[in-house]
Amino acid sequence: MAEHENAPNDSIIVCEDVHKWFDDFHVLKGITTSFEKGERAVICGPSGSGKSTFIRTLNRLEEHQRGTIVIDGVELSDDLRNINLIRQEVGMVFQQFNLFPHLTNLQNITLGPIRVRKMTKSEAEEIALSLLERVDIADQAYKYPSEISGGQQQRVAIARALAMEPKIMLFDEPTSALDPEMITEVLDVMRELARSGMTMLVVTHEMGFAREVADRILFFDEGAIVEDAAPADFFDNPQHERTKLFISQTLQH
Amino acid sequence: MLGVILLLVILYTNMLKGLRGLGLTLNLDFLQDEAGFDISEGIPYEPSDVYLKAFWVGILNTLKVSIIGIVCATLLGLLFGIARLSSNWLIRTIATAYVECFRNVPLLLQILFWYTAVVGQLPRVRESIALFGGVFINNRGIYLPSPEPTAGLRIWLGFLGAGLLLAVILYVVRWRKLRQLDRPGFRAKWALPAFLIVALCGWFLAPSRPFTLDLPVLQGFNFRGGMRFSPEFSALLIALSVYTGAFIAEIVRSGIQSVVKGQREAARAIGLKESQTLRLIVLPQSIPIIVPPLTSQYLNLTKNSSLAVAIGFPDLVSVGNTMMTQTGQSIPVFAMIMVSYLVMSLTTSAAMNWYNRWINRVGR
Amino acid sequence: MRKAYYTVEERELTQAMKPPAHTKGPARWIKDNLFNTWYNVLLSCLALICIFFISKALLTWAFTEAKWGVIPANLQLFGVGAYPREQIWRVWSVIYILCVLVGLSAGMWGGLVFRFAVVLGGVWFIGALLPFELSTRGWFLGAVAITAAALFLGRGRTALRPWILGGWLLSFPLIMIVLRGFGENSVLTSNWGGLLLTLILAVVGIVVSFPLGVFLALCRQSNLPAIRWVSTAYIEMVRGVPLITILFMGNILIPIFMPGLDINQVLRMGLAITFFSAAYMAENVRGGLQGIPRGQHEAAQAIGLNYVQTMLFIVLPQALRSVIPAIVGQFIALFKDTSLVAIIGLIDLLGVARSVIANPDWFGLQAEVYLFAAIIYFVFSYSMSYGSQEIETALGVGEH
Repeated sequence: MAEHENAPNDSIIVCEDVHKWFDDFHVLKGITTSFEKGERAVICGPSGSGKSTFIRTLNRLEEHQRGTIVIDGVELSDDLRNINLIRQEVGMVFQQFNLFPHLTNLQNITLGPIRVRKMTKSEAEEIALSLLERVDIADQAYKYPSEISGGQQQRVAIARALAMEPKIMLFDEPTSALDPEMITEVLDVMRELARSGMTMLVVTHEMGFAREVADRILFFDEGAIVEDAAPADFFDNPQHERTKLFISQTLQH
Repeated sequence: MLGVILLLVILYTNMLKGLRGLGLTLNLDFLQDEAGFDISEGIPYEPSDVYLKAFWVGILNTLKVSIIGIVCATLLGLLFGIARLSSNWLIRTIATAYVECFRNVPLLLQILFWYTAVVGQLPRVRESIALFGGVFINNRGIYLPSPEPTAGLRIWLGFLGAGLLLAVILYVVRWRKLRQLDRPGFRAKWALPAFLIVALCGWFLAPSRPFTLDLPVLQGFNFRGGMRFSPEFSALLIALSVYTGAFIAEIVRSGIQSVVKGQREAARAIGLKESQTLRLIVLPQSIPIIVPPLTSQYLNLTKNSSLAVAIGFPDLVSVGNTMMTQTGQSIPVFAMIMVSYLVMSLTTSAAMNWYNRWINRVGR
Repeated sequence: MRKAYYTVEERELTQAMKPPAHTKGPARWIKDNLFNTWYNVLLSCLALICIFFISKALLTWAFTEAKWGVIPANLQLFGVGAYPREQIWRVWSVIYILCVLVGLSAGMWGGLVFRFAVVLGGVWFIGALLPFELSTRGWFLGAVAITAAALFLGRGRTALRPWILGGWLLSFPLIMIVLRGFGENSVLTSNWGGLLLTLILAVVGIVVSFPLGVFLALCRQSNLPAIRWVSTAYIEMVRGVPLITILFMGNILIPIFMPGLDINQVLRMGLAITFFSAAYMAENVRGGLQGIPRGQHEAAQAIGLNYVQTMLFIVLPQALRSVIPAIVGQFIALFKDTSLVAIIGLIDLLGVARSVIANPDWFGLQAEVYLFAAIIYFVFSYSMSYGSQEIETALGVGEH
């Protein structure tokens, strides 16, 4: 593994010059950044800017073609053992929830702990029920995903990711597919999670959430990080024209 | 309403008039008459048997070619359907070529091709192609060794019974163990190998082997002994399996592909391995999608087996046709053919509905 | 100004615009697509060995053993069967009528239809280049010219579109009349054969069964139990039995049910295929009808339309649009299924193949003849299914 001199000692994610192409289209143009343990970062930017692709490279749902990504001391490479190790430490929440429709909500949550973490069923169910309690839908445990609302589904999805006891949580536009009245309930769960000290990377357009919860905001455009600042600086004193434009457009809505 | 009744009445009177013109009456008495024609294969049957028996031979032949055909077509379809999703370009392309070639050419043409251009061109009996294990192929058909039971069979069956008992016990023990461990797992993990070991031991411990192989032997101008697949049956079976297999491959491919990409991603994101993703996430969702069109392909295969008439395999339609030409009783025979096929489709649909209810009870 | 937005330096950026070399190129492609894992290496090798032996055997046969002379010698038979030689102008007239319609439509609609017309013209042009008799090549050239001329005439005349649709509808009986003719020079339908008969049976089967199928589908949804039961029984019975029994029934029962009427075998088969096809058409249409939301019926009733008006103006137009792909699929299946009339004794494309093989002059050439027939069927069937996929994309069926 390469030495990363500039990286602070407690960095849990270190990216160096990460490039990614879809055929000839250059999606990520050399991303160099790092995230510390317990850091809550919001990633924003116009659509097609590569922000989703970036967080998907962090648990290798997308492969990067150049540069290095080190998660909790393990470098992401073609080595399958490394990938599975990392995926157990990195939870992910998707825009479209991606709950398994043929399993009950409870089974959705216990699947990973039983099959990957090799827990017993009752242990896993105990954890799952307490997680459902935590996301405030314990009464929906034995229903199927198709029987509950979108906001509830996304909360089950968050519980599913948390059940693997990850060190890092990635959120890929978790509220974009939700009706407005359901966004709050999901954001509340995420706020609570942030208070508990979880390392979180959130791709979102919810600027209110970003200002309130984030330690740091990264603005992506055309495959590169344009602005990387604390929320106060980001909103009140953006350095770049594109950022200013983006903020003014987003806050209008 | 009135129109419908009127139409039926007109058709009925017309039919009576037409039948009178041909000097025929409508009844089923002829079924008890001596058939007088030979049937080349199927259960034991003599030309002196009655028409009803001849028809029954036809039904059994249809069932035989359909059931074996369904098994072969399913295997082919699964193989090529999965091959179409392979990450290997070459395998994918071969599978696509198979599907497109055989789907887009009429089945009848394929049956005639296999019958006249392939099976019909095989060497004569004296120059038979001999494969390993006593399999012979020639223009009279395919000859296979057939298992013949011996005195040792009873003892072996005893072993099988004991093995089954042991397997049941082990299954229950394993089940309780899993419950105690509180883990998911393969419940037959102990029962299955135990049964196989007992069966194998019995095979060798019995005083004589439970089966002897009756090998086909060339005697004079033909082979004696063993099993024989006639050229007609072989050609029909190959054509039906290959043709239907192409359709099944498409069903399997689209069924698996219909499980959206996000499902695999979510499975991977919680750390499931590829094999686990397939077994726990993809297959449980694609099988309910695959089964209904698969059933209708099975029905199609059964109906298509009627093309046997073109190459003289004595299936239900073929025998029925002979009966019609001999007796002139076309309407009753048509009715019998229709009822036979309808019974087959209705049985299959009933099984299908039962399966659907079962699936819907399990999930969602 | 722009470059200042990036945290990465410009030099580095331009350098990195292209993906790294090791992810591109044919060698990389082969490695990624054929040899990426150990089992794929194994599979690829096995597949290559199989392909090598099969293609070697096939090519040796095709170039040394096969006697292809049987194909050109019987080409007209494959095309039109026993259609009299001196009346062949009728077939060409039909082709020309279709060329005019295709050309005009291509000019007016453009897009997919235009591409189809160009391909069609190309096919005629290739026909003119092949070493046929001079007169045949002349007919082919004429077809190219007529298609091109019609295309030019129809270009941009979008106002005439309804007329062309009418023209297509009218062309159907017109084609039948031209092929059949009147009086002394008429060509009996029993002389129709080859690919011509195959196509006619398939087209008649679909076109005539369409109104019948819509009618049956509406009956199956009727509120009157008797009508519903009769049509359901008809549909399920026909779908439950093989086509070959329906053909046998048509052949034997039509004379019994319609005594006194002399209906020849081609017509009987046409009728049988139509009745068969109607049951499947009905199920397709029913699928479309069920896809129409209840709100459409309610809205139509709310503005005072009666049942017939609701069906005619609101429900059917939407339902039929959504079942076009299914109907195309049914047409392809029917095109292949018409080959069964060869069992009854008609000389369609497959029937011609069988009769050529039965001819002592061409003894033992089953493989060549059947392969040729298979290729014709394949070309038609495959291009139709390819076209239907294009239509689906163009219509946006299945998208919301």
